[in-house]
Amino acid sequence: MTLQDPTRSPIPYRHGNVTPLLNEIVHALDRLLADDEPTIIDLASLPFAPGELEDLEQALGTGELTAELEALGKSVIRETAYPGVWWVEHRNTGGEVVGRYIEITRSPDILMSQDADIGAGRARLRDSFDGSAPELNKETGK
Amino acid sequence: MKTIPTLGEILQSQGVSRRGFMKYCAATASLLALPPAMVPRIARALEQARRPSVIWLSFQECTGCTESLTRSSSPTLEGLIFDSISLDYHHTLQAASGEAAEAARHAAMQENMGNYLVLVDGSIPMGNPGYSTIAGISNYDMLMETVEGAAAVVAIGSCAAFGGIPGADPNPTGAMSVSDLVKDKPVVNVPGCPPIPMVITAVLAQFLTFGQLPDLDIHGRPTAFFGQTIHDRCYRRPFYEQGKFAETFDDEGARKGWCLFKLGCKGPITYNACATVKWNAGTSFPIESGHPCLGCSEPGFWDKGGFYAPLSTGKFDSGEKLAGAAVAGVALGAAAAVAGRRRQAKYMKEG
Repeated sequence: MTLQDPTRSPIPYRHGNVTPLLNEIVHALDRLLADDEPTIIDLASLPFAPGELEDLEQALGTGELTAELEALGKSVIRETAYPGVWWVEHRNTGGEVVGRYIEITRSPDILMSQDADIGAGRARLRDSFDGSAPELNKETGK
Repeated sequence: MKTIPTLGEILQSQGVSRRGFMKYCAATASLLALPPAMVPRIARALEQARRPSVIWLSFQECTGCTESLTRSSSPTLEGLIFDSISLDYHHTLQAASGEAAEAARHAAMQENMGNYLVLVDGSIPMGNPGYSTIAGISNYDMLMETVEGAAAVVAIGSCAAFGGIPGADPNPTGAMSVSDLVKDKPVVNVPGCPPIPMVITAVLAQFLTFGQLPDLDIHGRPTAFFGQTIHDRCYRRPFYEQGKFAETFDDEGARKGWCLFKLGCKGPITYNACATVKWNAGTSFPIESGHPCLGCSEPGFWDKGGFYAPLSTGKFDSGEKLAGAAVAGVALGAAAAVAGRRRQAKYMKEG
């Protein structure tokens, strides 16, 4: 959907949430630099006029890094044009947005490999060569 | 005794990764209007949560509430909430019918005595039980028998919460709400015609996550979703304060997206989350589509005058009170924000 979409109510007015949010992000960056304190802003909790969210996304721009996550639907984790400011959008398997956040952090937690997944992956890896490479088992005794 | 798997075990068996689970928890926090910092606590609680048994009773209703909840054809993230409950009786959705269905209800009650949730949509006819029966059982008898061993009752939709359209004047069936009849169990009202599906799942998520029901307002509604009016969070509100109103549906004001107060918008006295949670996967809500709010989550909204009559001329509230609303608007909005922060602080403290 775009600002010119004919299905969208033609509202020239903006609610005025964009500038205060940009200010909040500046303060959050201060905290990140001074105290290493990350901040997450849940955009679902704010009333946006039609088109205003797109204004915010445009104001933040796109930076060097974009990651896509496929887990219970697609997620996009994108660093904005301002390092340390991340646009995180979670969708479900039907493609519907279920969460939209601005994270002010060095790296969003969800990008990290999680211990539970690392453990499960390790087990899968060992299984993958246990059957096909018996000589390895002989050597290690496992 | 059968072993009930935890939600963490269920998700693991379905091949959901830890990242997927964290994403699920983030969406749950957002759903419950809790700060993102609560996500680790939600994750810990949900991992250990066990599937509660849920019995869903449908009385004098149009199935719109069930339709609202199941409107999505693809599995959704919030749909996992329903994977994590055991929906043991729902006569619209279940395959069993007749005696087998009733036997399933009784079995669920006996196996989960004192711990199951009862969800009800539709009002209960008290004028003559013959107006609505299921398997030859009157709605009243089925309700009272089922809630006896329940941990709590959730009234889904305005009919179950307040009587709804069956209870509208002249109320031919003598329709009553769940809370009119159930006095010895906690009752949560999730009104709306229909209610927002995410609000229904949020109440279940809250029960799963924290093992308790949400904070409620004077009408038994969760304050997280019914703590502010549509007007408080409406993006057209600045026009109300500037005195810019659409007078008809096709005038200049309507085209410019001005306030719909004069076209009968009930937003100023309607407590609901449509303006922020929105509908159809967050696409929009009625005012965004150019239609006034009908006030469907308020008690007796069918009998409060015409949908298109301005509040100042209708029966919802007095004109004098509304005249001051614009002046008090900013203060009300600030109070709502403070209340929200307090709620968040409470959960952070408890965490």
